[in-house]
Amino acid sequence: MNRILAKDTISPQPVPVPAGPPRDPARPPPAKPLPTAPAERDLRLDLFRGLALWLIFLDHIPSNVMSWITIRNYGFSDATEIFVFISGYTAAFVYGRAMRERGPIVASARILKRAWQVYVAHIFLFVIYMAEIAYLSTSFENPLYAEEMGIFDFLRQPDVTLLQALLLKFKPANMDVLPLYIMLLAGFAPFIWLLLRNPTGALAASAVVYILAWNFDINLPAYPGGTWVFNPFAWQLLFGFGAWCALGGAERLGALIRSRWVLAIAIAYLVFAFAIVMTWYFPRYSTYVPRWLSDWMYPIDKTNLDVLRFAHFLALAVVVAWLCPRDWPYLKSRWVRPAILCGQHSLEIFCLGVFLAFAAHIALQEISASVLMQVVVSVVGIVSMIGAAWLLSWYKQVEGRTPGSRSTSNADLAGGEA
Amino acid sequence: MIRLVVVLAALLGVAAPAAAAPDSACEVAAQHARTDFRLPQVARAIADKKLDIVVVGSASSALIDSKKAYPARLEAKLASKLPGVAVRVQTFARPRETAAEMDQALPQILATAKPALTIWQTGTVEAMRRVDADDFSSTLEKGIERIKAAGSDVMLINPQYSPRTELMMDAPQYAEAIRIVALQHEIPVFDRFAIMRHWGELGTFDLNEITKKIDMAAKVHACLGALLAGMIVDSANLPAEPAQGNNK
Repeated sequence: MNRILAKDTISPQPVPVPAGPPRDPARPPPAKPLPTAPAERDLRLDLFRGLALWLIFLDHIPSNVMSWITIRNYGFSDATEIFVFISGYTAAFVYGRAMRERGPIVASARILKRAWQVYVAHIFLFVIYMAEIAYLSTSFENPLYAEEMGIFDFLRQPDVTLLQALLLKFKPANMDVLPLYIMLLAGFAPFIWLLLRNPTGALAASAVVYILAWNFDINLPAYPGGTWVFNPFAWQLLFGFGAWCALGGAERLGALIRSRWVLAIAIAYLVFAFAIVMTWYFPRYSTYVPRWLSDWMYPIDKTNLDVLRFAHFLALAVVVAWLCPRDWPYLKSRWVRPAILCGQHSLEIFCLGVFLAFAAHIALQEISASVLMQVVVSVVGIVSMIGAAWLLSWYKQVEGRTPGSRSTSNADLAGGEA
Repeated sequence: MIRLVVVLAALLGVAAPAAAAPDSACEVAAQHARTDFRLPQVARAIADKKLDIVVVGSASSALIDSKKAYPARLEAKLASKLPGVAVRVQTFARPRETAAEMDQALPQILATAKPALTIWQTGTVEAMRRVDADDFSSTLEKGIERIKAAGSDVMLINPQYSPRTELMMDAPQYAEAIRIVALQHEIPVFDRFAIMRHWGELGTFDLNEITKKIDMAAKVHACLGALLAGMIVDSANLPAEPAQGNNK
């Protein structure tokens, strides 16, 4: 597949560690289109987004033994951070270009259209979810769970439940990522407009929103109670940071990322996080965690993207950028190809993953919940995701060759999805 | 990682045949019923030969037949483990009661029952209603302080493991909140969620069974009562040293 962007009018640096010579740290002139060397797509983005999609799928199957391999068990951050960061990165890539080439109106329209697509996908998944719940509720009877049966009460009042779902207030377990993504996209147009003019200012604005959300407990309300599981006002920082990196920020950080000191600090922090997380599984060691540290550290808040989680993601990113440079030979290997394919169709594969997690739950309930079965549904699920991604790539390629079909170069470059 | 090892063992089919002997079947999950935190009031009460325990919280302690529910089992098991001690377990759990509602009811319960140990099972109703986890934590903390101030030890019980409703309620999130609050207040948690999940994985009990009969539920409760009794006695017997040297 041709992954060369031929008519690139900007100087996108889709690389946390650019291979080329260091450029002037002054921000690139956004108004004047500059013909630059063709930028080859950074396969690492696709690879890690693909891996994140697999991990999210494994984590979404309740009580799945296979979820022990996912990164959330070994540190503070999890696959959600990777997914949101890379989504911000690719969104900036696609819509930044649209904004430069077609102006803010068209670009904003495209962003909102994308948000709408994600919304439709979310509602579609919700309908599948409701079907599963309705099915499970009729076959659920056991005195042991008399209290838990109350959870099915919401099926008796569809007028409220459906309305709250359409308003994105009622979000069943596992269906919190897409609403977050919708909100992030909905607010993205002004952010990227600012990002193109004043990257530092845009990043600072994002940080200010994050701090305000923390200080004043700002979050969107949820139904039947509480707030959004992923606070969009907090998580926008990671999305915005990804976007900032895509439009020259990574380049500015280049020297810092490559510094040995930063690498050492990152590794030390990862080791520290690993040790702390181990005390969760082996509580007897929790006595080695000093009281002042646990008082300061806990709770590590996922809803509001705790600073410790954000730092953990950054540390991971630094180490990964060091371990696999942009020209990492294994990126071309056929062993990583499946993950890359999945990462290139992230919205479709993400939705498929949510659906497959429902299906896996049903299979575990209705057939067997044995460990063997958990492994089987996990493997079958990931293979299905790869198969679907392969099919999507194939279709896109075939359609791309037909004369008269609309150009897909934009989406292609950004990994299919923004 | 113990869990992983057990799980691998189960995968290889070397796990004990399901529910061979009821007690040993319960015991497979005993590693989840351990604590490093002491229960000083319980130790004192055992020494005084009179142990009063109350169970508060939502209603998953209840079965239609209360003699088969775990509080009654706990009482029987403790009485046999502690000969000569007058053991009494009273239940003040109410259906669909949140921690916040329970906290309101606590002063009266503590004043009338004067327990040495208050077992607070919580998190289920919060998970169903998706109560804000931070609010839940601070309610728990308030309640724990209240119970401690009344001269009672506290033990928390997290939600049941309920495979059928797993997609609908995020019990682990609330179990996590309970774990952290307990860690900070140095009180034991009876990890009912992990215990029951362990049984489910090993096939000790078929937690997916669709039945109106109480048999399986009664066995589960008998096991929970036995493990709970073991944990209470163990933590009362812990030497005073480690719990106090805890926060250097």
